[in-house]
Amino acid sequence: MKVSIIDYGAGNLPSVERALRTLGSDTECVTRPEEIAKASTLVLPGVGHFSAFVTGLRERNLTATLRDAIARGVPILGICLGLQAMFSSSEEAPGERGLDLIHENVQALPSTVKSPHIGWNQLRRLRESVLLRDIPEDAYFYFAHSYAAAAGEPHTAAACDHGFPFAAVVEQNNLMAVQFHPEKSGEVGSRVLRNFLEWAQ
Amino acid sequence: MTLARRIIPCLDVDAGRVVKGVEFAGLRDMGDPEELAARYNREGADELILLDITASRDGRATFLETVSRVAQQLNIPFTAGGGIRRLEDGHAVLRAGADKVTVNTAAVARPELISELAAQFGSQAVVLSMDVKKTNAGWEVFVRGGAESSGRDAAAWAREGVSRGAGEILLTSIDRDGTCSGFDCGLTAAIAAQVSVPVIASGGAKTFDDFLAVFGEGQADAALAASIFHTAEHSIGALKTYLAGRGVPVRLSR
Repeated sequence: MKVSIIDYGAGNLPSVERALRTLGSDTECVTRPEEIAKASTLVLPGVGHFSAFVTGLRERNLTATLRDAIARGVPILGICLGLQAMFSSSEEAPGERGLDLIHENVQALPSTVKSPHIGWNQLRRLRESVLLRDIPEDAYFYFAHSYAAAAGEPHTAAACDHGFPFAAVVEQNNLMAVQFHPEKSGEVGSRVLRNFLEWAQ
Repeated sequence: MTLARRIIPCLDVDAGRVVKGVEFAGLRDMGDPEELAARYNREGADELILLDITASRDGRATFLETVSRVAQQLNIPFTAGGGIRRLEDGHAVLRAGADKVTVNTAAVARPELISELAAQFGSQAVVLSMDVKKTNAGWEVFVRGGAESSGRDAAAWAREGVSRGAGEILLTSIDRDGTCSGFDCGLTAAIAAQVSVPVIASGGAKTFDDFLAVFGEGQADAALAASIFHTAEHSIGALKTYLAGRGVPVRLSR
């Protein structure tokens, strides 16, 4: 099956692409609205600044097409900043609008904890999760971020605690997203990607 | 639920080969970077750091090629650096497949380099590497592979680096590097107390107890070592099992 990886200009695509190919999927990097419009499975990776991200999508005229595709039920996996972009806005870029599929605000990690939250951490499952299927409860995942969305109903399937309980795994109908980097999380990360691909099929 | 302490093997490379120096001098061939990277990825390393220790202009293409080949072997985070002087150098390393870039000498000369990289790629992609030596003036930052004093105080430089956007500090004790006399826990704890970002301790690792100490009194978030892993004197898996048995939160590979 073909997986379309959205290239908004600043993401770390090669490692995501390599991880998906290792699992046997056919990948393509897409940069144009018409490519997104006909995609059957989407992945939205992201690193860097929220503002660069949403601006990158907007300048390529991808925002509306992407929202339409998600509304139509196309399976999508957001990674790291790709999770944060699903929300309405972020404290990292006040005034910038995210994809606004989850009507909440992404917040800065508090000064009481080390920030960025960099390293391997565990999850707390809030309900049954498609992406975490067959993964041990105590598994570690690699995080690298300074902002996070507070864990909440109904979108959060698993939370992680760092300063506050934040959404580590989002599953809302066809919209899936992870705050950690599955492509950098060893074998368990690879399993998350495989779970997504199997579910999307 | 706890953030695990990280074990990070480091590959110092020169002309496409992994080498090891003692106290920043005297190189010895330690093997092929791809082979070592694949082994560490398999053994449960939490991350891999690759440093170009020649950092000469003509060796640049070779280094980027090594970055790219090593990246293919990994499904864990990957940091690369050495000789990063400009924004474009950082971009080239990230484009070759690294997730983070380290800066050292050039950032001391021109601290704006840190801000530029952080603005472009995010703080999580910028690691400030500092080589520190105890002098009469206190803990001082040295540059050019530890050869030259910068006159900067280590704690002050760490704070400035973080305020400019460095997302991690890679702290090497020049006095301990390659000596196998243990991490400098005093230095590590002193810097960790000064900054809000994770600190990676480096220099002097020899025994499992050295790691236990640096995660305890040293307050390190991560510990880096090279030769003891390269020679297969210690496996990363055995080290982590040892640490886990003594209450240090580590990610055990399964």
